[in-house]
Order: sequence, then structure tokens, then C-alpha cells
Amino acid sequence: MNTRGLRSQLKDSVPVTGLCPQAGPYGVQDSLRRGFSSVKNELLPSHPLELSEKNFQLNQDKMNFNTLRNIQGLHAPLKLQMEYRAARQIQRLPFLPSSNLALDTLRGSDDTIGFEDILNDPVQSEMMGDPHIMTEYKLGVL
Amino acid sequence: MATVSVCQYHRGGFSFENCKRNALLEADINKLGFSSPAARKTGTTICGVVYKDGVVLGADTRATEGMVVADKNCSKIHYISPNVYCCGAGTAADTEMTTQIISSNLELHSLSTGRLPRVATANRMLKQMLFRYQGYIGAALVLGGVDCTGPHLYSIYPHGSTDKLPYVTMGSGSLAAMAVFEDRYRPNMEEEEAKRLVRDAIAAGIFNDLGSGSNIDLCVITKGKVDYLRPHDVANKKGVREDKIYGRPVTGNYRYKHGTTGVLAKTVTPLNLEVVEENVQTMDTS
Repeated sequence: MNTRGLRSQLKDSVPVTGLCPQAGPYGVQDSLRRGFSSVKNELLPSHPLELSEKNFQLNQDKMNFNTLRNIQGLHAPLKLQMEYRAARQIQRLPFLPSSNLALDTLRGSDDTIGFEDILNDPVQSEMMGDPHIMTEYKLGVL
Repeated sequence: MATVSVCQYHRGGFSFENCKRNALLEADINKLGFSSPAARKTGTTICGVVYKDGVVLGADTRATEGMVVADKNCSKIHYISPNVYCCGAGTAADTEMTTQIISSNLELHSLSTGRLPRVATANRMLKQMLFRYQGYIGAALVLGGVDCTGPHLYSIYPHGSTDKLPYVTMGSGSLAAMAVFEDRYRPNMEEEEAKRLVRDAIAAGIFNDLGSGSNIDLCVITKGKVDYLRPHDVANKKGVREDKIYGRPVTGNYRYKHGTTGVLAKTVTPLNLEVVEENVQTMDTS
């Protein structure tokens, strides 16, 4: 692998400040919607695996696309990313669970089972998000 | 925090929401001098050996929870696919769930390829999953099976490293079992000799390690046939409580036989009672 590819990988990986401070739209802490802030909560993850698990799918995709680019050229990951973007748009309303069938088929995760299918399955969650708030957040008016 | 889930749809998988709360609770409990309950482990002896026609896997059957035996006869040899079995040491829940997930994935994979799954596939799936979780899933496994390329045996550690060897042992009794293997292993053994070797290795772990005990389970995998021998050998037999003299079970029976106490003297004094007064009270049954 050439060094240029390695550097671009480093640049693309998600920074540690994935636990960014809870800034609202005006840059100040948004107590009403996100609760009280605490320095410890924001700087340190509560578990060493928390960050890596949150970004696992993202990092896997980046790694795969980089490998594909090195093997087959630039157009291959570009085309695939276009298909991913199209598949990601096929969703139901924001607060309803979506099967993500097209996205799963593209990724190849439709014939694998992991902890995300067994533990904490969103389809079987007992709580539903508030439809108004979730739609407003999606539309950007929140 | 729940705040993010208010706005976005939440994904499945591990949730780290309660980790900080648990750390605080743990600190509080330790300050008071108590200790939080321990997860059930299988302080174990598991081993495997490759012989002429296939693979023999062996395991003991004790599951411990701290210093107490939680399960006297648990099954540590898990099914992965018709030709691949896996013994698990470490945290019991982790080994159980991991082997079940890999078994499902291997089944889907073999349906997709249309071929019998290979041991190397299961090995790679297991090591990639265990490395992803950086050793927090405490599962130490001995994976063995026979596929189209022959018999294979792997040992997989909780952090994700694997070894491909002709004989492996894992668990708290692994040193005792490995001593037996190092003394008597030779390549291309016959089936009976291999079974005896594995049985002796597990017995060494059972008798010399506190975390292993009870029976010995064996699994003999050859091309096209699997022998799951549970139990192959009852090394620690729990006796039956019996009354030594009369031969009947003594549990829960507190009666003494007639004649247990000797009679020295017998005196009979009749009490003469006279009827003084007699009155009848009717009961109100309305």
C-alpha cells in the first residue's frame, strides 16, 4: 500500500472528539434538549470500546473503500458510494424502524449475524421516539 | 445519554449507557467493604488432539461462580457446524453466545457457498470478532473439525490470537493437561489411543485444578461422523446417602426403629375420673 493511501486513511478516520461537547445551534450548551453537561462525560468515554464501536461500521467502510481504490482504481469506490447514498435514502418516517434491506444487501451484511441483531434490537425496543421531535430534527427546524 | 436517542433512531448492539453508573456503584460498594457478584466462569480444562483420521476434543464439566460450583454437569463442547465443534473456557455466557453467533454465521455462509464449511472459516470469523472487542469478551476456545482439506485444530485466545497446532489445551487446568500431552503425544495415533490420551489429560486437569471437576466429555470428529460422548467418563462420582445398617435411604427419615431404646421397668397407674358437671352449649349455626 502506498503511503499516500495510508495518509488519506488517517485523515478520514473519526477524531477522538467524537464525544463532542453538547453545543446547541447557538454554540452554547443546550440544557433544555441535551441535559446538563459534565467535563468528565465529554472528554473520556465511559468504556474503552465505546468510541470504536460507535464508529465501527464507518471505519470498516472506509477501509474497504480504500482497499478497493488501491486495487481497482478510483471509480470503483465512487460508484459504490453513490449506490450506498441512494440506498440510504430509502427510509420510512424518522421515528419508524426501517429494514435497510438495500443497504444490507450492498454491504453484504444480509447474510451475517452480529451482536447488533441480537442485543438491543431497535425493532423490539419498548420506547418509541417522539414523532414530532424526531421529524423536526430530521428537517432541521429543531 | 438518552438525549441523542430522542432525536435520532438508535442502533442495536452493545450499549455503554450504564458504564459510568456501574463504575460509581462499584466504587461505593467497595468502600462499604462488600464485593459485587462475579460472572459465572468455567474455570476449566479443555483440550484437543489431531489423530490419524480426525480430531478428538475433550472437556471437563464444572462451572464455577467465584469459589462455588455453579453447575456440576455443564456442557462445554459446543456445536458450530456438522463437522466442526468448539470447546469453550472463560466466561460461560461469552463462550456460549460467541459460539452460537459463529455457528449461525457459518450456516448462512455455507448456504451461500453451497459447500460444507471449513474449520479455517470458523477460525477467522472467531478471531475477527474477538479482536474487535479487544479481549472484553472473555472466551478462550479450542476449535476442531474435519473438512475437505483434512482434520484441523485451532486454539483461540480472548484477545483474538490463534494457533494452529496438533495438540492444544486451554483453561485453568491447561498446564496439567499439557503435561500429559507433552509426555505421550505422537503423530498419527489410532482412535482408541487418542481418546485415552485426551481422557487422561482432562483427568489430570480435574484432579489437580480446583476450577475443573466432575465428568469428562469427549467429542470424536472424523470425516462424515461425529461421536459426542457425554459423559465419556464419570471421574468424580457423588455417592448416594444410605443407612448403613438397614440399607434404606436415610435422607429425611427421622424415625427410630422399635426397640432402639431398651425398657428397664414398667409401672401402670390408673386415673379414676368422676363426672362432676355436664352442660350443653348449642353452636350458633345460622
